[in-house]
Amino acid sequence: METDVTETFEASLRRLDVAVERTDAAGAEAVLADRVEAPVVGVPLPFDGVSLPEGVETAPTPAQLEAATTAITAVDFAVADYGSVAIRASPAGEEPTSLYADVHVAVVAASDVLPDMGAAFDRLGEAVRDGDADTVLATGPSATADMGALVTGAHGPKAVRAVVIEDR
Amino acid sequence: MSADVDADTDTDTDTDTDSREAKAARIRHLLATEGDAVERNTLTFNRGRYDAVADLEEYEALKTRAREIKEHAIATLPELIESTREAVEDNGGAVYLADDAADANRYVREVVADAGAETVVKSKSMTTEELDVNEALDADGVDVWETDLGEFVLQVADEAPSHIVAPAIHKSREGIAELFHERFDPDEDLETAADLTRFARAFLGERIREADVGMTGANFVTADSGSIALVTSEGNARKTVTATDVHVAVAGVEKIVPAVEDLRPFVELIGKSGTGQDITSYVSVLTPPVDSPSLDRGDDDPLSPETADEREFHLVLVDNGRTAMREDEHLKETLYCIRCSACANSCANFQSVGGHAFGGETYSGGIATGWEAGVHGYDAAAEFNDLCTGCTRCVNQCPVKIDIPWINAVVRDRLNRGDDPGRFAFVYDELVPDEEPAGLDLQKRLFGNYETLAKLASATAPLSNRLAGWGPARALLERVAGIDARRRLPEFRRETLRDWYADRGSRVSDADREVVLYPDVYTNYVAVERGQAAVRVLEALGVRVRMPAVPESGRAPLSQGMIATADAKADEVYAALADHLDAGRDVVVIEPSDLAMFRRDYERFLPDPAFERLADASYELFEYVYGLLEADADPDGLRAGDEAVAYHAHCQARTLGLDAYTTAVLERLGYDVVESDVECCGMAGSFGYKAEYYDLSLDVGDRLRAQFTSDGTRDRRVVASGASCGDQLDDLLAREPAHPATVIDPARPAGRADRR
Ligand code: SF4
Repeated sequence: METDVTETFEASLRRLDVAVERTDAAGAEAVLADRVEAPVVGVPLPFDGVSLPEGVETAPTPAQLEAATTAITAVDFAVADYGSVAIRASPAGEEPTSLYADVHVAVVAASDVLPDMGAAFDRLGEAVRDGDADTVLATGPSATADMGALVTGAHGPKAVRAVVIEDR
Repeated sequence: MSADVDADTDTDTDTDTDSREAKAARIRHLLATEGDAVERNTLTFNRGRYDAVADLEEYEALKTRAREIKEHAIATLPELIESTREAVEDNGGAVYLADDAADANRYVREVVADAGAETVVKSKSMTTEELDVNEALDADGVDVWETDLGEFVLQVADEAPSHIVAPAIHKSREGIAELFHERFDPDEDLETAADLTRFARAFLGERIREADVGMTGANFVTADSGSIALVTSEGNARKTVTATDVHVAVAGVEKIVPAVEDLRPFVELIGKSGTGQDITSYVSVLTPPVDSPSLDRGDDDPLSPETADEREFHLVLVDNGRTAMREDEHLKETLYCIRCSACANSCANFQSVGGHAFGGETYSGGIATGWEAGVHGYDAAAEFNDLCTGCTRCVNQCPVKIDIPWINAVVRDRLNRGDDPGRFAFVYDELVPDEEPAGLDLQKRLFGNYETLAKLASATAPLSNRLAGWGPARALLERVAGIDARRRLPEFRRETLRDWYADRGSRVSDADREVVLYPDVYTNYVAVERGQAAVRVLEALGVRVRMPAVPESGRAPLSQGMIATADAKADEVYAALADHLDAGRDVVVIEPSDLAMFRRDYERFLPDPAFERLADASYELFEYVYGLLEADADPDGLRAGDEAVAYHAHCQARTLGLDAYTTAVLERLGYDVVESDVECCGMAGSFGYKAEYYDLSLDVGDRLRAQFTSDGTRDRRVVASGASCGDQLDDLLAREPAHPATVIDPARPAGRADRR
């Protein structure tokens, strides 16, 4: 069942031109290190045994945010049939961190890949009423058609990558 | 008749002529300057929508759910406003319920002043456009910057939006490049869309960094949690909220839904309906003040979790006429609108001229009539209301199932009634025995009373035709009633279809089925051959036809906004058909727009049981023929063919899903059919006859002309079932269109099929 959902998620991401890697906790750091281009900003990852690669700035200034090529953050969950990731706007700074860089690398636990929007909003509804979970459902890169043709990287990232951690 | 009255009449006529000419000139100007860009973009959105919803198994279920949520929310709005207030205040935000634009702007100015802000950045919000917030802040010396790239372009160009989702849809890349060069004198040459985007991002990035206050709209507000949902693709709303410490969200009260879970159908529908994206890049569900660390501490201060507490949030809920709309039986539906723009993108007229013709002070497109009438008043809606032809193409496209053409008809009716009474009444009372106020515009009255006109013209044919074709008479008709002299007028027949049938009688005995054939005014008085063909087609399938006198369906007056007259017609039609319905006879309708009256519009005019009875017993001719063939009627009596045809389905028939029957019947009889896929032919009843809309009508028709003159369709026989579609195709193409009934008419001589 879980594999099906992950596969659906991968297929949706392919449609969006979003690269995706599956790995386990032990291999995650190496996968991430391979896929980022400096300068890198990030927010410490909440998965046991997974750390950010070396050289990632975790307390960036606004100027560093703007200058970053890559940003790494965990996401709360993902929605398989749309290829969306749920970026939490917590005090740790996932929201601004994921927003300014050219590429956002979204790290998600396979167990948090939900099948559809129904499941996503059930989870979101509870979370929001419990506290104030500010969440951005992000699907693919930012885009605009306002300048006469479709361009990715309007105000937000030009590209998104996803990393799915399978034993989490 | 006194000289005074004459003088008055002349003055009024001249004014009407002038305003018609001015309107026609304005439309021509927009067609020439903005038409191409609008067409390209709306067609792209439209195609995207059809693709996106075709993939979606649950589409209808999601629309039904969306509609239910909105109905419920508007019904319980006062309670929802209170819950929202409590929830937002619990979260540490403030709520202000503003009565009108001035009230909302006053509050916003205070918040901005208290924050000591010199710069405010905004993400796209139609509600703030409606209030003219920018002007209010400008007056205080505050710099306001739109961060949505489309809005930014318009701000720089000092223009109004022409589309509710893509405000700068009418601008070309070259135009934007020129504008940026002129205004900003950039170091590098800006050419491609990517160059322009990069430049705007950098420019606005600085404005966002400087700003102390961020303003957003809210696509939805949830009453259970006090959250707002923001739907964007560019990410500018995310930056506007995150990079500033004071967040003001401005939303119409109608944006509230009960719970977070209720967002689901809208999130799945809004992008698909609007631009054809599966989902917009970003859907932010925020419960402000948001928890992100502040970016406002200065460029060199690292992000720090503690600063998340320094944020402030104000939710401005705007009434501005909405409570009154909620209490208005007809305008209420407007409040269900989620502003996705599907109605505008699927509107053939909008595809040609965009929102600068088809819009009011803020809103544009079909549903804009409801919005403008509600928030800015009827005058604002009057300017463009007539551009809705009532073709209904938008009806199935609206994700909350709003009957947009009906709202347009209601507003038109109210505008008619507001007119100056007395004009023309003395001349035309005989000709226009309608239920409308005397001051109604003569052009509308003539089209609305088409049946009376046809009766008179038929009784005096062929003299009436010669008179109507006579140059000076056409000039007069154009000057007095605004009927464009370039459009060929129908030729009325002395012997009507009903006369013909009364003389001929039925040729079927021992029939299993008896039907009432309902000829529209055009078929009865003008295109008699199509009615004759319909009779022979039905008889060839063993059906006995009856043709009692039944009045016009009310379509003509309804399309002019003459609702009382249409309502009275509905009663007369039902009275004339009741005995036949009692006897178990089906009603077979030739003109699709009349069937649409029976199946859709009569719901508003007849008591429920009467409406249901008539709707259930009524069929479009080819729908009926299809049913007979499925029930094993023998097709051998019909004219089979191996011909290739190009079929343009009538727009109201497509809304009702009827076009497939004509195609299926023709194919079954051996014809090779290509169906047009443009939204509309551009004629839509009386529309193309009107002098002020003639050019627009042809521009819309050009898309159909292009399709039917391309490789693969160029040599096909053109077939159309709508009377006005036929007229338009006749004007657009060198080939005369045929009615599908005349194509399969058993009595058709080899090779010929009659457009009539
Ligand atoms: S009326 Fe319907 S289709 Fe038109 S903008 Fe509103 S929700 Fe969309």
